[in-house]
Amino acid sequence: MTVKDNFETMAYGPAPESNAEALGWLAERDGRFGYFVNGRFTEPSDGFESRNPANGEVLARLSQAKQADVDAAVDAARRAQPGWQKLGGHGRARYIYALARLLQKHSRLFAVLETMDNGKPIRESRDIDIPLAQRHFYYHAGMAQLMQAELPDRVSLGVCGQIIPWNFPLLMLAWKIAPAISMGNTVVLKPAEYTSLTAMLFADICRQAGLPKGVVNIVTGDGAVGEMIVNHPDIDKIAFTGSTEVGRKIRLATAGSGKALTLELGGKSPYIVFEDADLDSAVEGLVDAIWFNQGQVCCAGSRLLVQEGIADAFYAKLRARMDGLRLGDPLDKCIDIGAIVDPVQLKAITDMVDGNNEGEIYRAQVEIPARGCFYPPTLITGLTPSARLMQEEIFGPVLVGTTFRTPAEAVALANNTRYGLAATLWSENVNLALDVAPKLVAGVVWVNGTNMFDAAAGFGGVRESGFGREGGWEGLSAYTKPAGKTKPLAKIKAFSGDKGPEDALDRTAKLYIGGKQARPDGGYSQAVHGKSGNLLGHASLANRKDIRNAVEAAQGAAGWSKTSGHLRAQILYYIAENLSARDAEFAHRIDALTGKRTGAKEVEASVRRLFTYAAWADKFDGQAHGVPIRGIALAMREPVGVIGAFCPDEAPLLGMVSVMGPAMAMGNRSVLVASEPFPLVAADFYQILETSDVPAGVVNILTGNHAELAPHLAGHLDVDAVWSFSSTDLARTIESASAGNIKRTWVNNGQARDWAGPDAEGRGFLEAATEVKNIWVPYGE
Amino acid sequence: MSDSPSGTRDRQNLPAKKPVETGLRQLEHGRNPGMALDMDWVRRVQANTSAIERRAASLPGRRSVKKDYQAAWLLKAVTCIDLTTLAGDDTAGRVERLCAKARQPVRADILDALGVSGITVGAVCVYHEMIAPAVKSLEGSGIPVAAVSTGFPAGLSPFNLRIAEIEESVKAGAREIDIVISRRHVLTGNWQALYDEMRAFRAACGPAHVKAILATGELGTLRNVAKASLVCMMAGADFIKTSTGKESVNATLPVSLVMIRAIRDYYQATGYRVGYKPAGGISKAKDAVTYLTLIKDELGDRWLQPDLFRFGASSLLGDIERQLEHHVTGTYSAGYRHAMV
Repeated sequence: MTVKDNFETMAYGPAPESNAEALGWLAERDGRFGYFVNGRFTEPSDGFESRNPANGEVLARLSQAKQADVDAAVDAARRAQPGWQKLGGHGRARYIYALARLLQKHSRLFAVLETMDNGKPIRESRDIDIPLAQRHFYYHAGMAQLMQAELPDRVSLGVCGQIIPWNFPLLMLAWKIAPAISMGNTVVLKPAEYTSLTAMLFADICRQAGLPKGVVNIVTGDGAVGEMIVNHPDIDKIAFTGSTEVGRKIRLATAGSGKALTLELGGKSPYIVFEDADLDSAVEGLVDAIWFNQGQVCCAGSRLLVQEGIADAFYAKLRARMDGLRLGDPLDKCIDIGAIVDPVQLKAITDMVDGNNEGEIYRAQVEIPARGCFYPPTLITGLTPSARLMQEEIFGPVLVGTTFRTPAEAVALANNTRYGLAATLWSENVNLALDVAPKLVAGVVWVNGTNMFDAAAGFGGVRESGFGREGGWEGLSAYTKPAGKTKPLAKIKAFSGDKGPEDALDRTAKLYIGGKQARPDGGYSQAVHGKSGNLLGHASLANRKDIRNAVEAAQGAAGWSKTSGHLRAQILYYIAENLSARDAEFAHRIDALTGKRTGAKEVEASVRRLFTYAAWADKFDGQAHGVPIRGIALAMREPVGVIGAFCPDEAPLLGMVSVMGPAMAMGNRSVLVASEPFPLVAADFYQILETSDVPAGVVNILTGNHAELAPHLAGHLDVDAVWSFSSTDLARTIESASAGNIKRTWVNNGQARDWAGPDAEGRGFLEAATEVKNIWVPYGE
Repeated sequence: MSDSPSGTRDRQNLPAKKPVETGLRQLEHGRNPGMALDMDWVRRVQANTSAIERRAASLPGRRSVKKDYQAAWLLKAVTCIDLTTLAGDDTAGRVERLCAKARQPVRADILDALGVSGITVGAVCVYHEMIAPAVKSLEGSGIPVAAVSTGFPAGLSPFNLRIAEIEESVKAGAREIDIVISRRHVLTGNWQALYDEMRAFRAACGPAHVKAILATGELGTLRNVAKASLVCMMAGADFIKTSTGKESVNATLPVSLVMIRAIRDYYQATGYRVGYKPAGGISKAKDAVTYLTLIKDELGDRWLQPDLFRFGASSLLGDIERQLEHHVTGTYSAGYRHAMV
């Protein structure tokens, strides 16, 4: 092609980024890598090849870790942890700052290596992945610096096992390692098998930064290595980003182990275009949503919802834009769409699309390279919510869509999914946008933009998209725990006896479901005795159908979540007022049940606790994060939804109030299973609720056997979170059963809590009762 | 008459290309006759500033043109320049120098080395009093003379005089007229008045092609820019142009994106192609390439010709000349090695 020819055609021509430096870096290491353990690289051993998906060429050989290798890495992390924690926030901040600087100094090498290994366009690795990774280390250097002053009651978790995916190899490494080490933890990280090379380069950077040995350890290999990490007994926390399928397995594997867990899983995120949107900008947004990183993005706006009246015009613009996308060599600086990460993934995408026979399919009119893993940008319109492709994650450059009529229908369609990672909406009407954003079930909502990320704003999902946040202040709780030691909690047994009742007038203690007293479905009751064996009464024995009914009632009370904090405070105060009016009676009942003389104190503490949560109801504010755009990221605290809770056995009233209070205050509806040995307080307490203007279904109270009820409550797919403070150790049961819908769990792992003390109220409970949703609102006229 | 406002296409013997953009309705390309003012359409127009800015900001990172392709693109940019002098101290001599440069914008030896010939700028742009010397200087070159008009730059002189000014300039030999719109019509939402004014200007131009200068830096919002673009096209503008060069903010990528999206919408709805001219503030070769990528990606290749795209620029040419010499020699060039205006 001569200049004259090009003058006529005005074609773009090739614009290759050099890969010489990256190849040189690989060659210096003979293209073979061991692990990075205890500050040094181990000798390479048998393993697997890492290929460039754009051309199939082998880039390097990586080692497949064995149990002994994982053990060595965990051991190094364990030995390094106390010293790293003791170094203090400033000491750690200096190292993390150095890592950020080194990432910046070697930014192009990281970008080119990432593109060669993963297949993503150099534009993205250079302008997005690597700068965001740097930003994450800068941001968390600051968090290390501030930890002592701002998080005085939190301490490191210990050793963190971290397993990351192949779609953003270095960025996910940064999201995992930066917050972990900033909070004084040490890590054992496993990059994805397809994409381990930038993790190896990062290990090199750790050496250049002089990071203390063992703080960061990296092992490589396939899912088997991931399992070794997940099951390792000396790891305190697992953080995983990847598929919902694997996340569920990890939830099951770690159930009852006492390991902390955060999961960032799949998504089928809605992308809503209202009729008053800037359509050209919304089309361009889709380029950033579903044609970013070849659509291999967990939060990709992959489900297009367009208002019916503009649908045809919008699709026409979209198809024209698709044809303008440039697909090809990822190292070309003029390419929009690079290679799919691996032939396996290409086949998965191809099979899913080929298996669809609904709707209208449009493939971008683009040239596809003869070799390498490429898939054209694809749009499938006219699908219904029941279509498989509208429900399941494709993880490729395939956008599926349907239309809606009204904002309410848009919200309903958007939320008609098992996932809840991200959502995007386009409208020029601020009323509409700010009304719809909070209604979308997602951890992140972007208004008039998409795929905006920053270390200052938490990222993570709800429903089967996982739990936990990465980034922002809200991300730090995933890498810290409350300070202080805990003691084991002994099983508290009910008293038995064969004496008759003290009061001949029989009272029936029922269940409390949907604002009504309800007899147990099974028709069984259990005798409750006092310390001296006297019969105090009979408590209803709830079964799985009572759980079903209670959850249904709680779901029916969804309006509670939309009430104002002020109203919820008023009702909590009212409960306290009514409880206080009957304090002597409650004190007597507690004394009779527990055989102690602490009843009066417990009632007094319960009234105080209700006041505490009435106080918090309108004060547990969200944040406006300082993200680097002209706009704001609003970190809104939203209720989790329906919380099932096994109340403490030892303090039958205070324990129940301590669980109900934060749940109610934050707008949740709850299903409370009362103290198992001392259940009769519950029957008195629902009378208090009945007289305190608590709307039906907001609080539901069951009595019965904790161990029998736990699998049903934790397994219920319409329950969003399950807590247990029971003296029966339900951790394994609850965490296993929760895997069904990846619900949030909070269990005591058989450890005691002083329900009268300060650890039994406050922020820890409020955080468990809320999800942080980050709503990004760029602005400017 | 030719469908090419400047005749440059004939001059360069370019083939009458088939439109290559896909997804756009393809009708015959004639001069935009305008249409009735469609207020429903005007009211529907939206422009989300932050999204538009993000697209504009990421564009230079998404597109890269290198080596022989870059040289070709820079030459294309030269052919799209409206070489301009709009100064109070302009004289016939100064304009003659400008016209000489217009005929031979790039040193002959550089063009030889690149294997191209017949490169001239798109037009020469002057005030009314300089039309005559410009027409004389450009005689035989095929390069059209464009005149700024209608009380340029503020456009606040009496309406009948603004019309008369157009007529005088056309009579004096200007083949293109760059009019300024009344910004007050946009700022007060008086779209009918804007439409009527533009219609009258277009009629006064007769066979001369009319470029509507929106003075985007004075329109307040991108939404106003989008609406004004649309109304001027409905009233028959052949080109829409960003700025007079006298506002504090001239051509920007976000403003350009808004205007060319309006052009695209208008083309989709009517089948008529309207040209685009960013003016002011584009002084680097790299910026020129970015603008061309914006046009190519958003409007399609057909708009990468001087009959549909112009740069209103003075100092841009100098930087392009230096870059072209660098392309030929591999050594960075100096300004004094290239003929001044």
